[in-house]
Amino acid sequence: MTLADVIAVILLAGVILYAIFGGADFGAGFWDLTAGGAARGAKPRLVIEESIGPVWEANHVWLIFCLVVIWTCFSEAFASITLTLFVPLSLAAAGIVLRGSGFAFRKVVVRTRYRRVFGGAFALSSIIVPFCLGAVAGGIASGRVPAGGTTGDLWDSWLNPTSLVGGVLAIAVCAYLSAVFLVSDAHRLSDQGLVEYFRRRAIAAAIGAGVIATSGIFLLRNDNRFLIDRLLGRALPVVLLSMVLGVVGLVLLVRGAATWARFLAIGAVGSIVAAWGVAQYPYILAETLKIETAAAPDATLWTVLIVFLVAVVVLVPSLGLLYVLDQRSLLDVE
Amino acid sequence: MDPVPWARAQMAFTLAVHIVLVPLGVSWAAMTLIANYRAIKNNDADAMRLAQRWSKVMAVTFAVGAVTGTVLTFEFGLLWPQFMSQWGDAFGIPFAIEGLFFFTEAIFIAIYLYGWKRLRPWPHFWSGVPIAVAGIGGSFAVVAANSWMNQPAGFTLDAAGKIVDVDPLGVIFNQATPYETTHMIVAAYLVGGFMVASVYAFAMLRGRTERYYRLGFIIPFTVAAIATPVQMVVGDFAARSVFHDQPVKFAAMELVDQNATDVPETLGGYLGSDGEVHLGVPIPGLASLLSGFSTSTEIDGLDSVPASDRPTVSQVNTVHLAWDVMVGLATALLALVIWFAFVWWRKRALPRSKWFLRFGAISGIAAVIALEAGWVVTEVGRQPWIVYDYMRVEDGATTNSGVWITFLGVVVLYAAVVVTLIIVLRGMAQRWRAAELAGDEDIDPHDTPYGPRSHRERETERV
Repeated sequence: MTLADVIAVILLAGVILYAIFGGADFGAGFWDLTAGGAARGAKPRLVIEESIGPVWEANHVWLIFCLVVIWTCFSEAFASITLTLFVPLSLAAAGIVLRGSGFAFRKVVVRTRYRRVFGGAFALSSIIVPFCLGAVAGGIASGRVPAGGTTGDLWDSWLNPTSLVGGVLAIAVCAYLSAVFLVSDAHRLSDQGLVEYFRRRAIAAAIGAGVIATSGIFLLRNDNRFLIDRLLGRALPVVLLSMVLGVVGLVLLVRGAATWARFLAIGAVGSIVAAWGVAQYPYILAETLKIETAAAPDATLWTVLIVFLVAVVVLVPSLGLLYVLDQRSLLDVE
Repeated sequence: MDPVPWARAQMAFTLAVHIVLVPLGVSWAAMTLIANYRAIKNNDADAMRLAQRWSKVMAVTFAVGAVTGTVLTFEFGLLWPQFMSQWGDAFGIPFAIEGLFFFTEAIFIAIYLYGWKRLRPWPHFWSGVPIAVAGIGGSFAVVAANSWMNQPAGFTLDAAGKIVDVDPLGVIFNQATPYETTHMIVAAYLVGGFMVASVYAFAMLRGRTERYYRLGFIIPFTVAAIATPVQMVVGDFAARSVFHDQPVKFAAMELVDQNATDVPETLGGYLGSDGEVHLGVPIPGLASLLSGFSTSTEIDGLDSVPASDRPTVSQVNTVHLAWDVMVGLATALLALVIWFAFVWWRKRALPRSKWFLRFGAISGIAAVIALEAGWVVTEVGRQPWIVYDYMRVEDGATTNSGVWITFLGVVVLYAAVVVTLIIVLRGMAQRWRAAELAGDEDIDPHDTPYGPRSHRERETERV
């Protein structure tokens, strides 16, 4: 394993962490959107607000982390991605602005009318952003991003079967993760009705995500031989692991053991993203650009590695503190 | 459509908006902690109320700052892919460090903002300290990246112009880093202080002179009052360093067309296409004196480099105007600070004059304008380069012709967000004010800090 491979693994870890923690926050927006009118949706929305309020900004930093690692360590890939996937990335950036500010504004206004507008901005963009990022992943994974800091097809690169599956799967996965997390949050508030409310949604989303992921493999066998062959070849153990974790998690959800279901959901989502990485190795851009070719000089890679290790030492305890305080309900909505 | 002008416009616009939120993100936490510290130490209810309210507002401005900062991250690729492709290996390094600080900031800001009710007073106070530290570290890293664009260093190129080796410390601590980073960090405290203070000066002008408002003015204004004279020294040092490191930028600032000694400091005025300075009030020899401590100091003119390697005449005039505006406003703010310091020294009280409050009320806007102007000096003054002497702006830009669409979209989106932000913040202030007028301090029982938890209560009320 070369130094560049190590950095690629760190990048993949960043993508996985963003998919899990950022994904759960996006999913919360999905449930916020579908929670119904102001009166009916008030209780679920309160849980959603309490659940993601303290953590979403920290979770969001994983996206920045991934972008910085790509542009510093694999700058050629970064240029190709941003040139080719200009449209979905622009949409995602706009969505991120709407989502963050909509959420922050909603928290501090009192009138229902305004809360509805800001809530709508937050919730709608919570669907647009994961779709766009899933489509970006699909474009990269299906070899539609050319090497050399050049522009591929501006439209086909993200409006293709793989991207569409990627986008829809991202929405489903976010909804799934979030619903599972929200079951625990509702449990902490000892609101049995809401526990049941989110449990039903978690089950539905789990099944939805599973169906999309599985059928995606069949749908895409003509679009994207490279990825499918490798998902069913070298990455098969990881894919199977994801499926097993997903199924066990579903069983636990059905039986009402939400705490454990949470960890299985994290495992299922993490391993499906990892499977993409395993399938694509040694390419940073599938079929077009290898990790080794795109890698920055060693001194840069070492610097990023050292910063990453410092980050682990500083941030893991800090994040741990944040999550523990949050889980013990020591952090309160204002 | 040619994407280059649109890419420049979009980058300039999004940065211009984000940079206003930066001082709040960097320095407001420190000011809140000062209030928080006083509140706990002296059992000061007014200071406690300020700290709590500031942190609530900070939650909103930090969120908007975080997302507008994310847009900038995307824009490095969306607008400047060739720049990133060629220089990311070096330019990216400070951002990796910045990411570390931003992460720390986001984590502890969450703990601090959401910890008011249930954490114990001193642990809660300490949970806020990393925010202030990370704010300084983060600004250092980002501005170090900008310094690198002005004074690129720490890399080896092969014959094809590709980076083959990097010296990370050389990148981070390039020639411009010491003065640019210090200048921006002090600016964050200066601008943040005046911004917050001006809100309370405005309230006092409207007759709200209770201790709460006075304290709300004094804490941030004192922070700004300390930062302002420091900034004059740092700024003077920075200008002299620009004279040595980036002579063309300096020539633009001082409207120097041809190499000359005994160069006057021209206030106002503009450079005509004939190379002559028009209008303007020259102070003989001052620019030379300030640059080299002698009026015989020779200053390189714009003509010292080919026309294609220096800013255009209109860019030169923009730089000079921005430079004058920054120095002029900073001098006016310094005068206000001296007024404040003098009266405080003699009477241990705020100046009574309405004029002091009037100037105090506009000091926030003046400081923001000075900040924007300073940023214009450094960015426009570097033109036509994106990496000084290595890469031109147009060579770093995207080739996607649709940038004009994203530019328009961003303008509409940001206008909506900024207007809403102002309305929302005003609404919060009005609610607090209404609660006070009703004489009901405890209208919102959740505002009691460090109290027992009352989750159920709130839930029923909200629903």
